[in-house]
Amino acid sequence: MPPPLLSMQSISKTFGGIAALTNASLTVEPGEVHALIGQNGAGKSTLIKVLTGYHRKTSGEVTFEGRPFEAASPRAAQDAGISTIYQEINLVPQRSVAENICLGREMRRFGLLDWAAMRAEARRLLARFNLDLDVDQPLSQLSTATQQMVAIARAVGFSARLVIMDEPTSSLDDREAQVLFTVIRGLKVEGISVLFVSHKLDELYQVCDRVTIMRDGRTVRVLPIDGADRLELVSTMLGRDVARTEGRTTGFGAPSRPPGAGVLQATGLSDGRLVRRVDLAVAEGEIVGLAGLLGAGRSETARLIFGDSPVRSGTMSLTNRPYRPNQPADAIRAGMGFCTEDRKIEGIIPDMSVADNMMLALRPALGRSGIVDEVRQREIVARFIAALGIKCTGPGQKIRELSGGNQQKVLLARWLAMSPRLLILDEPTRGIDVGAKDEIQRLIRSLADQGLAVLMISSELEEVVEGADRVFVLREGLSVADLPRDRLTETAVLSAMAHGGGHV
Amino acid sequence: MSERKGVSLLLARYGTALALVVLLLFNFAVTPNFATWQTLNVNLTQVSTIVIVAVGMTLVIATGGIDLSVGSLMAISGAIAPMIFLGNLVEIGWIPAAVAVAMFVAVAATTVLGAFNGWLIARFRIQPIVATLVLFIAGRGIAQVMTNGNLQVFKMPEFQWIGLGRPFGIPAQVILMLCIVTFAAWVLARTSFGRQLLAIGGNERAARLSGIATARIKIAVYAISGTLAGVAGLVVIAINSASDANLVGMGMELDAIAAVAVGGTLLSGGRASIIGTLLGALIIQLVRYTLLANGVPDAAALVVKAAIIIGAVWLQERGRTA
Repeated sequence: MPPPLLSMQSISKTFGGIAALTNASLTVEPGEVHALIGQNGAGKSTLIKVLTGYHRKTSGEVTFEGRPFEAASPRAAQDAGISTIYQEINLVPQRSVAENICLGREMRRFGLLDWAAMRAEARRLLARFNLDLDVDQPLSQLSTATQQMVAIARAVGFSARLVIMDEPTSSLDDREAQVLFTVIRGLKVEGISVLFVSHKLDELYQVCDRVTIMRDGRTVRVLPIDGADRLELVSTMLGRDVARTEGRTTGFGAPSRPPGAGVLQATGLSDGRLVRRVDLAVAEGEIVGLAGLLGAGRSETARLIFGDSPVRSGTMSLTNRPYRPNQPADAIRAGMGFCTEDRKIEGIIPDMSVADNMMLALRPALGRSGIVDEVRQREIVARFIAALGIKCTGPGQKIRELSGGNQQKVLLARWLAMSPRLLILDEPTRGIDVGAKDEIQRLIRSLADQGLAVLMISSELEEVVEGADRVFVLREGLSVADLPRDRLTETAVLSAMAHGGGHV
Repeated sequence: MSERKGVSLLLARYGTALALVVLLLFNFAVTPNFATWQTLNVNLTQVSTIVIVAVGMTLVIATGGIDLSVGSLMAISGAIAPMIFLGNLVEIGWIPAAVAVAMFVAVAATTVLGAFNGWLIARFRIQPIVATLVLFIAGRGIAQVMTNGNLQVFKMPEFQWIGLGRPFGIPAQVILMLCIVTFAAWVLARTSFGRQLLAIGGNERAARLSGIATARIKIAVYAISGTLAGVAGLVVIAINSASDANLVGMGMELDAIAAVAVGGTLLSGGRASIIGTLLGALIIQLVRYTLLANGVPDAAALVVKAAIIIGAVWLQERGRTA
C-alpha cells in the first residue's frame, strides 16, 4: 500500500490557553475524495488552517507526500501543492478569467507580461474540466457556479496534489452542484485528492470515499462512506449515542400548562436560497424547537419571520391575521423579539451601558416626544436586573465588560421589556457557562408558563428534546418532521436530521 | 489594573481637558497680554464657526460616518443669503423680513443638501466618504455658478449682527456656538434620537434588529450637519462683510474632523463627546494663537496642528487597549 498523501497525527492547537484542537488526526490517500464534517466549533477550520499555514500547530506530526511538512504561510502551502477554495470565491471579479487564473504566477517574456501564453494556459486548464469560456471576459459576467469552476481551475493550476474545498456548494444550486461533482470526479481520476468540507449529507454520499468526523477539537471517527449509516454520522457528529438512556440534563422543567391559542403560523416559507419550504407553528405558552444540522436554514428561517430578510414565497399569519414584515421594526410592532445567534455581531452595542442596551427596543415607545423618560427607564432597568439576576456593577456598566451569560440576559431583557407575544431565540445558551446556562433555560420555561410563545433554535440536542414542547426539524431548507411532545426523542430528532421522514 | 494602565486610561479620558489647561498655563506665563478679555474674545470668535460645524460632524462620526461636504455647504449658504437680502433674486422691501428670509432659505438649502448626503448613504449604501465627496466637489461649484463667481460685498448691520453683534459684550456667534453645543450635548445624552444614533454607530446590525429606523436617523444626522454648516457659512460672511464662493468654508471639513478627533470621539463611531469636540477645537485654536502670538509663522502652526492630532489619536489607542 502506498503511503498516504497527507497524514496529520496528534495535532493540538491552543489559542491563549484554550484548546481548539486536541490530538486531532486526518489522513488523505492519493486520489481520494475525503469528507471532513463536524458541528460549529468542532475544529474543522482550525485543522485546515494548521495545514495551510494560517496557524502554527502547538504539537503534532504532519507529513505530505511522505515527507514532514509544515507550511510557513498559505503561499508556501500552495507552492507545496495544497490549494484551498474557500466558501466565498476569492477572485477579482472585475478582471478577466485568464488574469484570475494566472494571478500571482504571471508569465513573463522579456520582463513583460506574456498575455498569449497566459490565455493559452487558462484555456488548457479550463479544457480539463470541459469548460469552454471566453477567457478575456471579466469574471463577474459568469454565473456563480462557473466562477467556482474558475476558482478550482486556478487552484489545480498551481500543480496541486490536494485541493481543499470549504463548503463549495453553499452558493450553488442543485444543477450547479452536480457540475461541481463531475469536476471533483475528474480530479480524482487524475490522481488529485480532494478534502471536502460540507454539512450536506447527500453530497458526501455522492462524491466522497471516506469521511472524518470531528467533535470538540478531536477526531472521533474515520469511516468509508459506503455503508456508513446516516443516523450514525449525525449522532457521532453531535456526540449522541443513539441508544443512550434518557435523563434530564438541562434546566428546562416540565411545562405547567398546555399550549394555548396559536400565535405564529408559517406555511411554505422560502427565501429563495437556504430556506426552501418551511412550515411551522407556535402557540401561546409553548416552546417550539427548530432543529437541524448546520446549514439547514434554521437561522435564515428566523430572519424571515423577523422581517430581516425578504420572503420569496409562502405565507405567515400572526394570531390569525396575515403577517408580512418588511423590516425588523414591523415584527417588533407586531409583538416579536429576536435574540440572535451571534451576540457580538448582532446583539450587543459593546460601548453602551447595560441600561442603554436593555432599552434599545423599548425606548421609542417609552419616551414622550423623543425625550428619554429617565425615571421610568431607571425603574424598568432595575426591575430586570433584579428579576433576571444580571450580575453587573450597575446599570451604567458597559455591556462588553459582562460575561456571556449576563450579556445574554441583558438581551433577553431588551425583548422582555417589550412584553412580546413571541420570542425567537437563536442558540440562547451558546458560549455561556454551565451555571448560567441552566438559569437561562429555567427562565425560558417560566416565560412560556406565563403565556409567551417561544421559538427556539438550538444545535444542542438535549436543549431541543428536553426544552421544547414541539420540534420542527429542518433539513436543507425543508421542514422534514413535526414532532409533538409524545413523539419527541433524541432518536426521532436525529433520524429526521439524517433521513428526513417523520411527517409534516 | 497596573499603575501605568491607570495613567493611560486617565490620559485618554481627560487628556483633552488636561492639554487645554497646560496650554492655558503656558500662555499665562509666556504670551504677553494673554489674560485679557480681548484675547478671550478673539479666540472664541475665531473658533466658533469651527465648533458649530464640528458639532454636526461629531453626530455624523458617532453614526460611523463622515461628512466632507460641510465646507462646500458653507459656501452655498454664504452665496444664497446675500443674493436674497441684497434683492438680487427677489425684492423684499422691509429689511428685517429680507434678512429673515435670506437666512432661512440659505440654511434650509444646506439642510436639504445634507439630507441628500444621508439619502445616498442610507438608501444606496454608498460609503459616507464617497457620498459626501459628491457635494464636497459639486457644492462649491454650485455656489460659484449661483454668484457667477463674483464676490458679493454688502453692508447690512441687521444681518451682520450674527457675526459682529455683542450682546452683554460677548460676540453673538460665541453665544450661538454655546447654545448649539449645549443643545447637541443634551440631544445626545437625553433623547431617543441621540441614543439611537450612537447605537447605529456602535453596531448597526444590532440597532436594525432592535427596530431602530437606521435609514431615517442617518438621513436626519446628515441633514443636521448640513444645517449647522449653513449657519456657520452665514456667520463667516457676516464677519467678512463679503461672500466669496471660492473661499467660504475652505478646508473647514478637515478642521472640523480634527476637532472631533482631538476631542476624543472615535472615528469608527459608537462614541461621541460634544464637549470633547468643543475642547478639541479650542486646543487647535489656542495652539495656533500661541504660536502666532509668539512669532511663529502660520505655516509652522499647521505642522503643530498635525502633531496634536497624531498625539490625540495615539492617546485614544492607548486608552482603548489599556
